Amino acid sequence: MSEVLLQAWAVAKHFGGVKALRDVSLTIRRGEIYGLIGPNGAGKTTFFNCMTGLYVPDGGGFNFAGSPLVADASHQAAERGIARTFQNIRLFGNMTALENVMVGRHVRTKAGVLGAMFQNAATRAEEASIRQRAIDLLHYVRIEERADDLAKNLSYGDQRRLEIARALATEPQLLCLDEPAAGMNATETAELRDLIEGIRRDGTTILLIEHDVKLVMGLCDRVAVLDYGALVIEDVPAVVQKDQRVIEAYLGA
Amino acid sequence: MSKRLTPRSLFGIVLITVAMLGLPFVAAMGGQAWVRILDFAILYVFLALGLNIVVGFAGLLDLGYIAFYAVGAYVWALLASPHFGLHLPIWVILPIGAGLACFAGVLLGSPTLKLRGDYLAIVTLGFGEIVRIFMNNLNAPINITNGPQGITLIDPVAFGSFKFSGNTQFLGLTLSGPMKYYYLLVVLAIGVIVINLRLQNSRIGRAWQAIREDEVAAKAVGINTRNLKLLAFAMGASFGGIAGGVFAAMQGFVSPESFSLMESIMILAMVVLGGMGHIPGVILGAVLLSILPEALRYGVGPVQMALFGKMLVDPESLRMLVFGLALVLVMRFKPAGLWPSPERKREMSEMRQEVRP
Repeated sequence: MSEVLLQAWAVAKHFGGVKALRDVSLTIRRGEIYGLIGPNGAGKTTFFNCMTGLYVPDGGGFNFAGSPLVADASHQAAERGIARTFQNIRLFGNMTALENVMVGRHVRTKAGVLGAMFQNAATRAEEASIRQRAIDLLHYVRIEERADDLAKNLSYGDQRRLEIARALATEPQLLCLDEPAAGMNATETAELRDLIEGIRRDGTTILLIEHDVKLVMGLCDRVAVLDYGALVIEDVPAVVQKDQRVIEAYLGA
Repeated sequence: MSKRLTPRSLFGIVLITVAMLGLPFVAAMGGQAWVRILDFAILYVFLALGLNIVVGFAGLLDLGYIAFYAVGAYVWALLASPHFGLHLPIWVILPIGAGLACFAGVLLGSPTLKLRGDYLAIVTLGFGEIVRIFMNNLNAPINITNGPQGITLIDPVAFGSFKFSGNTQFLGLTLSGPMKYYYLLVVLAIGVIVINLRLQNSRIGRAWQAIREDEVAAKAVGINTRNLKLLAFAMGASFGGIAGGVFAAMQGFVSPESFSLMESIMILAMVVLGGMGHIPGVILGAVLLSILPEALRYGVGPVQMALFGKMLVDPESLRMLVFGLALVLVMRFKPAGLWPSPERKREMSEMRQEVRP
């Protein structure tokens, strides 16, 4: 078996009396596409937010690439190599597509105020490499035509792609996609599927939250199912699909 | 980004330079008071561009910006006046003023990091008032600021033996004090314009813009929002401190009265009215809002005398009325400001060909 990239142990999160996550433990291996599914309100996004530091878990924690993730420091998650997209797309609307991706390079570059003021050679070189890398990434997700358009003026599908490009700009080891296919038609979903497979081929591990069961089952190497904040099963799609508890959770039997 | 100058842009630069150099002489024809108005217009350009870093770039609504200006002004006043008998040179005072203002900026910034929008505005407003009230009351038990009387006989800006007050003969021209300050302020303003421009198109500037657009997403791509917000506060405050120092030296007098809430609002109005985050817009806003009220003050009286033969409305009250009306109209018809930043379309076509396989 390949190396463990992310390990969640007994992650718990309460909102008042609501137990959004009940001791969820799961393991993501390097190089796989890992699906996280479950009915609405099952705690998928909460799990995401705990992992990326937006929420502080009430119990448990995460190990990433061999060392623990610090809770409550969301900018550090990106630094460690975890990038994410959002269920309700969160782009920098009044910046161009290119600038959005350039912002993604922030964590891997280091020019400061003095560099900006004096425009020394190192700063100029870094700026050029940021721009070049951003252009390359726009090509990668195939929206280079829209580079100079404001992000808010992009079509829905392109916004999803731009968000992925921005996440990739941080050079993640683990890319977390929160319902990337939501609101997409069949053609767009198929294109997205190609994109995700391409990203994995290029060496990035992917955690995918998705409602589109067909997409998840076809794409993922392993799948975890959450229901009422608890882990139901974690296994390969073929097994998960036949699991009685999963069928019950989805059909509400 | 082409750095080459076309003959046309070169001509434009020469024209603007000549105009900027000659402007105080034109203004001086209407009296030194007009040169002084010009000085203040440039000083406000400087201040507004300092505030633009906080409000325009990072999107942090700061209603207490004048506090940093006050810190800078008082630092100059205390270190270069007979009040304490100190007369330190500009090389010492200005960095101390900027440094202390910067410290005050971090002081204000750190407890307010989690606040946004209106909440931040209220806290900064309070901070501005606290600083003013401190200046007003720090005359007992130990007299530090001389209270409401303020500090007088402040040293002018001086480089060695060259003083910026009084007249100087230069190439057969008589340069008055305000004219010399004008040139000093223009140099400072150009400096702050260059810094603004360069910051805007830098890694830091983009990170600020990202925080302004969506703080959660900014964090998710690894931007340390806390440090960058503090940086914006600190930088804006430093510029405020420098402007304050020059203000104190130029006026020769400071008192807490100069640092009222109205001043903070005025500078913010310049930024918002001109076009938040857009540097030419902010400059336009600062120039308009500093010169227009003065023009009204001097223009309204004579116009009324000519039209009606007597003073119907006191020029001073009319000034605020017209000013308020102008604000309302601009916000109604140009909510993004008089000169907002255009939707940028960069020369992507040539960029596309450079893409590596």
